Amino acid sequence: MTNTTLSRRTFITTALTAAGGLALGVGIEGPAEAASLGVRPWGDEGKRYPGEINAWVVIEPDDTVIIRYGRAEMGQGSFTALPQILAEELECDWAFVKPEYASANRNLRENKVYGSLATGGSRAVRETGVMVQQAGASARERLIAAAAKRWSVPASECAAAMSKVAHKPTGRTFRFGELAADAAAIKLDKEPALKRPDQYTFIGRRLARLDVPLKINGSAKYGIDLEVPGMVRAAIIKCPVFGGTVKSVDEGAIAGRRGVLQVVKLKDAVAVVADRFFRAQTALNALPIEWEVGAAGAANSAQFRKEYLDALDQKGVEARHDGNVDAAMPMAAKVIEATYEVPIIAHAPMEPLNAIAHVQADRVDVWVGTQNADLALALAAQASGVKPENVYIHNTFSGGGFGRRLGPDEVAQAVAISKAVGKPVKLIWTREEEIRQGRYRTQAAIRFKAGFAADGTAIALDMRNSAGSSNPANVRNGLDPQTTQGLVNTAYKLPNYRVVSILKNTHVPLGPWRAPGHSQNVFFMESFIDEMAHASGKDPVALRRELLAHRPDFQRVLDLLVEKGDWGKPMPRGKGRGVAIHESYDSIVGMTAEVAVTNGEVKVERVVIVCDCGVVVNPRGVETQLEGGMIYGLSAALFGEITVKNGRVEQGNFDTYPVVRYKDAPKTEVFITPTPGKRWGGVGEPGATMIQPAVTNAIFAATGKRLRSLPIAGQDLSGGA
Amino acid sequence: MITIKVNGTSHQLDVEDDTPLLWVLREEIGLTGTKFGCGIAACGACTVHVNGEAMRSCSVLAGSVDGAEITTIEGLSPDSTHPVQQAWLTEQVPQCGYCQSGQIMATAAFLKTNPNPTDADIDANLTNICRCGTYERLRRAVHRAAALMRA
Ligand code: FES
Ligand code: FES
Repeated sequence: MTNTTLSRRTFITTALTAAGGLALGVGIEGPAEAASLGVRPWGDEGKRYPGEINAWVVIEPDDTVIIRYGRAEMGQGSFTALPQILAEELECDWAFVKPEYASANRNLRENKVYGSLATGGSRAVRETGVMVQQAGASARERLIAAAAKRWSVPASECAAAMSKVAHKPTGRTFRFGELAADAAAIKLDKEPALKRPDQYTFIGRRLARLDVPLKINGSAKYGIDLEVPGMVRAAIIKCPVFGGTVKSVDEGAIAGRRGVLQVVKLKDAVAVVADRFFRAQTALNALPIEWEVGAAGAANSAQFRKEYLDALDQKGVEARHDGNVDAAMPMAAKVIEATYEVPIIAHAPMEPLNAIAHVQADRVDVWVGTQNADLALALAAQASGVKPENVYIHNTFSGGGFGRRLGPDEVAQAVAISKAVGKPVKLIWTREEEIRQGRYRTQAAIRFKAGFAADGTAIALDMRNSAGSSNPANVRNGLDPQTTQGLVNTAYKLPNYRVVSILKNTHVPLGPWRAPGHSQNVFFMESFIDEMAHASGKDPVALRRELLAHRPDFQRVLDLLVEKGDWGKPMPRGKGRGVAIHESYDSIVGMTAEVAVTNGEVKVERVVIVCDCGVVVNPRGVETQLEGGMIYGLSAALFGEITVKNGRVEQGNFDTYPVVRYKDAPKTEVFITPTPGKRWGGVGEPGATMIQPAVTNAIFAATGKRLRSLPIAGQDLSGGA
Repeated sequence: MITIKVNGTSHQLDVEDDTPLLWVLREEIGLTGTKFGCGIAACGACTVHVNGEAMRSCSVLAGSVDGAEITTIEGLSPDSTHPVQQAWLTEQVPQCGYCQSGQIMATAAFLKTNPNPTDADIDANLTNICRCGTYERLRRAVHRAAALMRA
């Protein structure tokens, strides 16, 4: 493994010199010397480390602490946050920490020693946090035990700090590196207790991210950047009508093209393999292909819309029912109703999907940036026919994931192509392929009905929701928990509350889109709560406070949001402020958005985010995840729409599938209100959900126009409704 | 056959004239810091300097840059000390980082023409996409880089 690690120590020295003592006083918060991260962050599968204290922690003789971590680094900073958690317990010097990816192969062979390697649902810190703490604490205790044994003193007289174990009475010390091999052989009677949150000294620090130095000079290696010896390159097109297959290919049309090696026909896709990607792609573009598309070739978006709306009148399954909505609604003094809907949207991570596969008779290697190394391994085994035990996934940096890299379609394709050509193959999807072969957020619709007592108190909330299941295996008794997330698990308390779910799928493949379920449902719910506030003559924050009276944690978030977000402060004509709040992934996030509407054009000018995520591992990490999630959701709110015509996706690139750029990005402020307790709240996803209703609620405040569908672009914003 | 100078080194390359510069850099020369994001000049991930000017290399054909001097992210500074890189480090801009080579190259060229930009100037001139949504930090880093370069 080549390792051109740029150590932070060298980096900071050079930075200071070149700055000539300039404004670098600001510097980076956190230790002056920080840990390092390899540009190729996967481990050496073949190497056995004598200093392997447990599967998570290896300490080398020179004190380097290799922390193996199974969740993807796709931008969310988990390669810094998880080691930070482990270092808290291990008591190691951060300067020696070197994270790398845990091996999916080992995870398979050793009965999931790393747990699940799937990264989704803001799970990286939430679920792995405790495992990582335990691994760190266990390693520390064993290092202490190893030192005590060498000194022949009781372990209770020894303590670990900054990568050393000291014998307190005599002041003698050993470096961790001197003890690691011994520690590896020690078995503890019982695993040590974990620190309490009030004992943390390292968790909670605003550490600089380990990957940033590699991402400002082009050295970080993403899957698309890698080269393996003897590698050829492939471009691919899958049948543009989902579910279709290859009928015929006229290979003669590209015969004799420079560099082109082979055409590979898969059941549902055609790939051209060449010595260079550009040659493969241009040849593919010139290759006449006929597809077998079947009935799906007539499907279109208008029909989908109608199907999801019609589905609202079908029977469905109760996902939650408090009180008795049917009895309560007729008693209401006032009832309001509204129907909302959202279209299909794509993920469009910045790095198009790609993978390198090398299939040999008894071994498969795959280099890929994936959110799900376990699944990538299983798919590679399946596509190659090689035993899973002999499949190795080398996870790389990912240029964004957002859920798209949870379903590694590119891995199975790359493996099949490598098998066909007998060489290592790098497969790259174009942006068009990425947009047209997504695993999209579902089309969805919902009908709300709310009943109020004569005094304006909300007494009943009824909703019927139609959405597609992204994984039929999750469906139990007619319900997929994901499609009702954000409806079923809301904190709002009304005496009569019902969610009915109608599952509906088309031929469009679905997948988790950042904050699946919540992504559309929070838009629905927080918009309709706003409608309820206006219908009962209440301020939108006041109604939320009322329905959340039983939740002091929500009230605290609202307090800060009102203060920082200037709630209630008058705005000029044409401008408005909207609010949204929701708890998901164990974090409560509230948001206000300020918009200006000029000649029907919306500009989101300012966003204030308040978050209670329990334990804050790294405040900067929380801030950037919330900011980034918000922008991701804003793209969906403003522009996000995939349309289907003749069974095919019409959009193909950022010209037809626009996303937020500088000019669309609001000024953003993030505030954290930590509550005491041990909750590890996820922060990768909530930002993406909350911005959608915050903006449409703000548009209502500015114009009186209620938007009940997305995207906002193209909708008529004149006149209230 | 074309000759281009990339980060100070001359390369004679036997490539088709219609090969995008992006793929020449990545696959012929092996400089992978310049990224492929869209291939249609819409995202900016592939931004490099051609004779000092920011260009989207996915839409610059090899045949049109014969004799040109090109700077990529790898050549912006030998040790990540260019003021734009320093500002990026201080503001901790990158998330996934995939767009950031292009962001940095676009900013470095932009600040040469506008050493003290307003937010409106930034909005009008910097159009690179960041799907991770680092715009808040990007904006701060652009201002910081401008200040470093003016000093
Ligand atoms: S790849 Fe060149 S602008 Fe997007
Ligand atoms: S940092 Fe990921 S796209 Fe910009």
